[in-house]
Amino acid sequence: MRPLLKSFLQFFTSLRLTVVLLILSMILVFIATLDQVNLGVWAVQQKYFRSLFVMARLPGTDLAVPVFPGAYLIGGLLLLNLAAAHAYRFRLTWTKSGLWLTHFGLILLLLGELFTGLWQQESLMRLDQGATKAYSESYLQTELAVIDTTDAKFDDVVAIPTAALEKPGIIQHPKLPFTIHPVLFYPNSNLVMRSQVPNAAPSPADQGFGPQLVAMAQRITYKQDEQNMPTAFIELAGPDGRIGTWLVSTLLTEPQSFTLQGRTYELMMRPTRFYHPFSITLLKFSHDRYPGTDIPRNFSSRIRLQTPDGRVDREVLIYMNNPLRYGGLTFYQAGFEKNDQTSILQVVRNPSWLLPYVSCVLMGLGLVFQFGIHLTGFIRRRTTAAVATA
Amino acid sequence: MKKLLPFLVLLLGVVYLGSTLAPPANQTEFDLSGFARLPVLVDGRIKPLDTVARTSLLVLQGRQRFVAPNGVSLQPVEWLLDVFFNPAVADDYQHFLIENPEVLAIFGREQGNQKRFSFNELRGGLSELERQMRLADPVDEPVRTPFQREVAKLYQRVVLYQRLKQSVNLEDSPDFFADLQRFQNLLPAGIAAVRAKEAGQPYNEQDYKAVMDFASRFQFMSESGYLLVIPPEAGNPDVTAWKKTGDALMGTFRRGEVNLDVLVYAALGRAWRLKQPRDFNDGVKAYGTQLVRQFKPQLLKCSIEAGFNQAQPFYSSMVLYVLAFLLAVISWLKWPETLQRSAFWLLALAFAGATAGILTRMWLEGRPPVTNLYSSAVFVGWVAVALCLVLERLYKNAIGAVAGGMIGFGTLLIAHHLSLSGDTMEMMRAVLDSNFWLATHVVVITMGYGSTFLAGFLAIIYIFRGALTKSLTKETADALTRMVYGIVCFATLFSLVGTVLGGIWADQSWGRFWGWDPKENGALIIVLWNAIILHCRWGGLVKQRGLMMLAVFGNIVTSWSWFGVNMLGVGLHSYGFMQAAFYWLIAFVASQVLIIGLAALPRGRWRSFQTQSA
Repeated sequence: MRPLLKSFLQFFTSLRLTVVLLILSMILVFIATLDQVNLGVWAVQQKYFRSLFVMARLPGTDLAVPVFPGAYLIGGLLLLNLAAAHAYRFRLTWTKSGLWLTHFGLILLLLGELFTGLWQQESLMRLDQGATKAYSESYLQTELAVIDTTDAKFDDVVAIPTAALEKPGIIQHPKLPFTIHPVLFYPNSNLVMRSQVPNAAPSPADQGFGPQLVAMAQRITYKQDEQNMPTAFIELAGPDGRIGTWLVSTLLTEPQSFTLQGRTYELMMRPTRFYHPFSITLLKFSHDRYPGTDIPRNFSSRIRLQTPDGRVDREVLIYMNNPLRYGGLTFYQAGFEKNDQTSILQVVRNPSWLLPYVSCVLMGLGLVFQFGIHLTGFIRRRTTAAVATA
Repeated sequence: MKKLLPFLVLLLGVVYLGSTLAPPANQTEFDLSGFARLPVLVDGRIKPLDTVARTSLLVLQGRQRFVAPNGVSLQPVEWLLDVFFNPAVADDYQHFLIENPEVLAIFGREQGNQKRFSFNELRGGLSELERQMRLADPVDEPVRTPFQREVAKLYQRVVLYQRLKQSVNLEDSPDFFADLQRFQNLLPAGIAAVRAKEAGQPYNEQDYKAVMDFASRFQFMSESGYLLVIPPEAGNPDVTAWKKTGDALMGTFRRGEVNLDVLVYAALGRAWRLKQPRDFNDGVKAYGTQLVRQFKPQLLKCSIEAGFNQAQPFYSSMVLYVLAFLLAVISWLKWPETLQRSAFWLLALAFAGATAGILTRMWLEGRPPVTNLYSSAVFVGWVAVALCLVLERLYKNAIGAVAGGMIGFGTLLIAHHLSLSGDTMEMMRAVLDSNFWLATHVVVITMGYGSTFLAGFLAIIYIFRGALTKSLTKETADALTRMVYGIVCFATLFSLVGTVLGGIWADQSWGRFWGWDPKENGALIIVLWNAIILHCRWGGLVKQRGLMMLAVFGNIVTSWSWFGVNMLGVGLHSYGFMQAAFYWLIAFVASQVLIIGLAALPRGRWRSFQTQSA
């Protein structure tokens, strides 16, 4: 074997590399945990665990430089190290079988986490008692929905991710006879009636609710119980030139409509929606407390699950530790609001959900087996030693 | 004689444990233990008044022992009786713990020897306390200043005391029983007057006023009372439908007569106040017999719980752990075999006491052993000591007994401090309410904590004996190495399986295996650290001393995962403030770093191994 290849192989199969990678991953997890205090759990996941490198801004500049390996890099190297070690260093012997099992379980676990990171999608379904919905909403992302309501029978929706409104540019869509030009964007904001702020600067908006409102920028929040409320000013331009400027915001719960070339459009900024091929109706939400206290004892939502083709139509009780799994999605009871009138279900799509179960069994068995071998060996040595001394 | 010593030690230990089961000394003629066992419903569960008295005392004054102004020690339930039925006397009881000098200044006092104050001593400053509380209220808990924190704490203490006073009797009524009789007699005329007034007909002004006066006082009682004292009426299938005294009295207007149980308590109060033990004891007995019909299982639990409170098995275990530790350490200097055996048996006895305590708690709660931070501390110690007993049985070198005594005592001490916040058998919030996962994930992960700590403490013994004494022979050193290695293997297994089980629980209830939340990360770090130790060992990257240093660092990792992550919001968010527990954590981490530093001394500086190599 050529010396270069040999030293390369030695590097990737070495236990030293394993130990270094394990230490790096421990430091990464530790720092990421501390950073949750500042960034909240979502931003931390992106920064530390769903990245090749942890980036940090050079002070005084906008330049981001890698300062630490991210979880994808460490995890990837660990996988490589493990695979290489098993290919070249380990023999598949009876006494090492526990290690094989454990390591194979670990590979599955790491892969499962990678797939989860790539494919998992989480959203919320807020249901008032009696209401029916066929979509759930993202709790981080928002979108600008342009809804063509001309036809009474259906709405034609064009959804534009809010991220596209952050920088000036031109947004076009084949279905829309106009272009959208972002003017101003606040990632988090507050809206106040103009009458309450007499000396505010004039609004960039001249259409819809905008002129009566003053938008105030707010600091971006990372707290888990708070949401960012973006506001944008957008200018619409048709073939004949400028149509007007609107203020859109997730703080506005009513759509703003206008007509153009005989068609009626509505503008609405809202949480990004995920549509599902079935609908859920909240029949009853219950919330029990322990007697004489406010400690919640149980939350449960009795729902009706239906598909448009009528093949599925059943009632399901979703409660703590007992989610509904249907259509590749998991619905679990996440919360409630409006004095127990609204139930909040969390909707998770995670195609690789089964992998951790398999790996748990493999690793548990592997460790028990491996340490069992150690233990019986130890006991046998002791008894022989005891017999020898006796 | 020397041969008999282990047996004698064990016998003395058993006698000591047995003596804790004896009923407490009762200097009065009142049936205090009977009263202590009476059930009430509070914080979501039916518990004996004894528990109410003890947890209230812990919350108010940081300890269960209470000394009256005349120097006499009172049983907790005696104190509670005075709070219920003799508030004028109780107002002079010094049971409000104030340690913060700024809070003392609210009451125009300076820090001196006195740490506990009576309601009457605080009376003058209560309106200022309330004003300060209003100022502190809008501030989020983690960012409050120490002063605001202490104000909130004292305010809650005063509120708890006031609510206790209104739970059974009306505080403003000198003779509540007589008051209730007057009310009962007035009732027909009073109700007639109210009805007449509502119908716009002429009515008796005096009766109307008197009955409305009662109603407003009962309403106040219902709003301010704390305990649900009055059991559901016979025939009510819901055994948890207990009521506050005030609510039961408000119900009188509907029923037409005063609830009998309210009258029973009022009569007990009168007997207590007028020092008539015979009436009191008859009342307690009659009430108990009547309750048995409807609440037999609950009464049994209450009576066992009161006995459990009284026996304090964890406290006795703590004492025995210390003794076992001392005997084991001395065995390294003198009488190795005799004292080692004595220490082993004492450790086993302490373990038995702790086991009995854990089992009793499990039965009372109907839950697996670990349900909150308090019980995790108890259980971490229990697991470590169980492993120590096995080690001691195998190696017979007192190392297991030293480690077991140390960890057993330490964890129970931590548990004691965690118990100061009130009742440790609290109800489980909805998301945690799953006995299956509590029994698997939580128990296994806590076993991981316990065994990681044990490996660390065994390593500390190695380092101390090796670096500071000449007693660490090659044989002992090798034995310790095998122990640490074996325990780390155990720890890896438990923490890994426990962590993954936690992920599976999360997937079962939330559809998400791993959320990178601080507690999950803490568990993951322990797994990673144990894996690092094992791989270092297998790769020959560390020898004996290196293994010991890594194992001691495991103590830091585990303590951070166990407690540190819970303090994240506290330690980092706030400015200039850290909880006392945070200081303890820092101190513990610092001590472990020092020990690692000690181990890192060049081998020439170690007192052992001067001749042979290790």
